[in-house]
Amino acid sequence: MGVSAWLSIADLGLTEGGTRIIDAATLDLCAQRSVVLGPNGAGKSTLLRLIHGLLHPSGGRLDWPRPLSQAMVFQRPIMLRTTALANVEYGLKLKGHAAPERGRRAAEALARVGLGNISHRPARLLSGGEQQRVALARAWALEPELLILDEPTASLDPASSREVERIINEIAAGGTRILMTTHNLGQAKRIAEEIIFIDRGRIVEQTAVAQFFTLPQTEAAQRFLQEETP
Amino acid sequence: MTEFTASFQTAWQLLVSSDARLFGIVVLSLGVSLAATLIACVVGMPVGSLLAVGRFPGRRVLIVLFNGLMGLPPVVVGLLVYLLLSRAGPLGSYGLLFSPTAMVIAQAVLVTPIVAALTRQVIADEWSEYREALRSLGASRARAAATLLWDGRFSLSTAALAGFGRAIAEVGAVMIVGGNIDGVTRVMTTTIALETSKGDLPLALALGFVLIAVVLSINAVAYAVRGWAERRWG
Repeated sequence: MGVSAWLSIADLGLTEGGTRIIDAATLDLCAQRSVVLGPNGAGKSTLLRLIHGLLHPSGGRLDWPRPLSQAMVFQRPIMLRTTALANVEYGLKLKGHAAPERGRRAAEALARVGLGNISHRPARLLSGGEQQRVALARAWALEPELLILDEPTASLDPASSREVERIINEIAAGGTRILMTTHNLGQAKRIAEEIIFIDRGRIVEQTAVAQFFTLPQTEAAQRFLQEETP
Repeated sequence: MTEFTASFQTAWQLLVSSDARLFGIVVLSLGVSLAATLIACVVGMPVGSLLAVGRFPGRRVLIVLFNGLMGLPPVVVGLLVYLLLSRAGPLGSYGLLFSPTAMVIAQAVLVTPIVAALTRQVIADEWSEYREALRSLGASRARAAATLLWDGRFSLSTAALAGFGRAIAEVGAVMIVGGNIDGVTRVMTTTIALETSKGDLPLALALGFVLIAVVLSINAVAYAVRGWAERRWG
């Protein structure tokens, strides 16, 4: 790689009720845009949650050479019972931003995800795609150095998925590191610089995106690609 | 049977003529129970939310305790508050016994565990849904508890309503600490109990109608408001 890692994961493990969900994961994250792929139940979401700090590992280490500010977007957007704008402001409020600046930044973020015209609508009554864009705006407004996304388009229609992808690429273009999971291989190709392939809790390979889809290094990844490609 | 129908007729007349005595009793009842419910919400809702979201020693014990206290017998609450407020009791110097204030205190004690326990259930459900998102945004547990209280405000109206229903319908606590003094501490339930035992059925019946009407209409309004709010905010 040659580039210094922004996160080094060493021997990371999570065991729950005797099952190893993440098994001795060792990984250097250097790429700006990494996509984690793997079969259902491989531990993709768990890995992201360990990195984000929502779960505590039962072993191993996460070494951040420099602590990065993070935000996370989930598969199902969680909207508070208030306007779209207030949902975005809420994140800024928790980070201690004062009121006038908060409103301005929230409105900007909503405009950037293409929802400037409906910022005063109740967030819970928006469509699934719109809610996910509000969630992206809420994350974006925080200007995180690392944005983690857990299958952000899994429950969206193709048009909404494309819009979400556009937004992710735009956030990445601003310099934010992207770490995400997806079941959509086309999306992985379009977003990722490198693919991290994980199977049954183990990190199986970490390969540049072009190589992964043409010449995966491991049999498990080959099998996965065959099964997933229609 | 004629006496029975006559009682109904007199009761109806009392209602339509908005009899002053009847009116005073209804107003006092509503005032005492609404004040008690308000206090119970101010205390019980934050407690319930912290019990749902917080992590502190004794949390489980408190949850079991509040759930158990939901079934607190009103007469026992009345007795305890009586002991506290009676002349020889620790709060005796305030001279509150046999006053509407004493009744508010007793009903608030009775209803707070109900509001707290029901709030905990509502917020615990919300917390399991919101937990990761709120923690990801950096919300402390106290902050999350406050956020969820506001977010669950429409569902929590049910907890407030259950508390009010309990307060307005109970006899034992207000009877003991209020003393059922005519024109001072006589509320609907204590009047019904007294008038029935005296054989004056019309007033008791009229108050019974009012009591049922109040409880039904407050539930209807709350249901309508909740329905509107859910359509408005999702």
